[in-house]
Amino acid sequence: MENFVFHTPKTVADAVSTRKGTSGGKFLAGGQSLIPVLKLDLAQPTDLVSLAGLKKELSYIKVEGDELVIGALTTHADVAGSDVVKKIIPSLAVLASGIGDAQVRNRGTIGGSVAHADPAADYPAAILALDATIKTDRRTIKADDFFKAMFETALEDGELITEVRFKKPEKAGYLKFNNPASKYAIVGVYVAKYGPNVRVGVTGAATVAFRLPDFEAALAKSFDPKVLDGIKVSEEDLVNERDAKADYRAQMVTVFAKRAVEAAH
Amino acid sequence: MTSITLRVNGKQVTASVEPRLLLVELLRENLHLTGTHVGCDTSQCGACTVFVDGASMKSCTMLAVEADGREVTTIEGIAAKDGTLHPMQAAFKECHGLQCGFCTPGMVISSIDLLKRKKDPSEHEIREWLEGNICRCTGYHGIVKAVQHCAKNGGAGAVGDATKKESTNA
Repeated sequence: MENFVFHTPKTVADAVSTRKGTSGGKFLAGGQSLIPVLKLDLAQPTDLVSLAGLKKELSYIKVEGDELVIGALTTHADVAGSDVVKKIIPSLAVLASGIGDAQVRNRGTIGGSVAHADPAADYPAAILALDATIKTDRRTIKADDFFKAMFETALEDGELITEVRFKKPEKAGYLKFNNPASKYAIVGVYVAKYGPNVRVGVTGAATVAFRLPDFEAALAKSFDPKVLDGIKVSEEDLVNERDAKADYRAQMVTVFAKRAVEAAH
Repeated sequence: MTSITLRVNGKQVTASVEPRLLLVELLRENLHLTGTHVGCDTSQCGACTVFVDGASMKSCTMLAVEADGREVTTIEGIAAKDGTLHPMQAAFKECHGLQCGFCTPGMVISSIDLLKRKKDPSEHEIREWLEGNICRCTGYHGIVKAVQHCAKNGGAGAVGDATKKESTNA
């Protein structure tokens, strides 16, 4: 690992200005993705701006109107164990409880995961299906505008996620087919029903999380797993690698979408 | 170099470290607490699991500077002052919860964390919780039995000598 300068700001404003003053710095939240990246020298930031000092400011779970609001530094363990999350969007607690493993969940944060935008991370499927908005130090970004490509988001250089707001669905379910070692999703599907509309978010299958309009239209007519049987998922943009070929991932998208509909509550 | 001060197994430690130093490197190489193991170094195997402020974490995936001001407990810090094994260590011994022993420190720390959160977990819950700890001898049967044995015989109890106040410099 290359060396870097380590900063410990105490407020959001401090963190953003500190980061702005660096030539090639990065924010460090729970570090469960970033530290492995640094160990492999896949990134060599000049500076790391630790967000640990912002924990009090940015670690919370609350309900505002029809939205579940989660502070960016809330850990996966806190989301998984939260009675508020279990009551308002139980499938989101299920998702958080399946991220990595217990130790990773004790340290990894929702803001870090969303900003990192790993193509096989769990949260991106939830962001898309639950029509989330991502609040940053300077603006609000809609779910559909957020994920751009593998590890690429709409965040500007030095922009800091402060909060994620999920819209409470009528019912929703998330299921994934995970890599047995890392628990990353080979395919993960989040299905959420909002009155007459349905949103389907898929992670793991492609290089960036995506929605499935054909599935959404069919499920909007009838929220029944059977309606997905005849709809073909295009293999064209799916990840094609030794562990799971594109045609297999396409089939798994359908299988796990059906199971997510069955599990929805 | 950055100066950090933390408590490790109840003792205050001050060290001057490079920001890139991992917590596990501080523990093993600077403090010679070699009970915490490095298995995979890729956040998967859990041999490096320690408590940081009471929650189990992988010390290979945390910088030493991130532990500044925090309380770290390693496998060396969980037994009683007089050397009596921690109930989880005793349960691992009783139930043959180890073969080669390499994964054991991490397994014991993770298992204590589980029983702190859930007093009487089911076999399924134990296996699920220990997903982040890999035993390459595949001795999971004895490990699960050990956690059940500990839960049924008074639980995980308190951890170590956190009341000591001595200071050392690394």
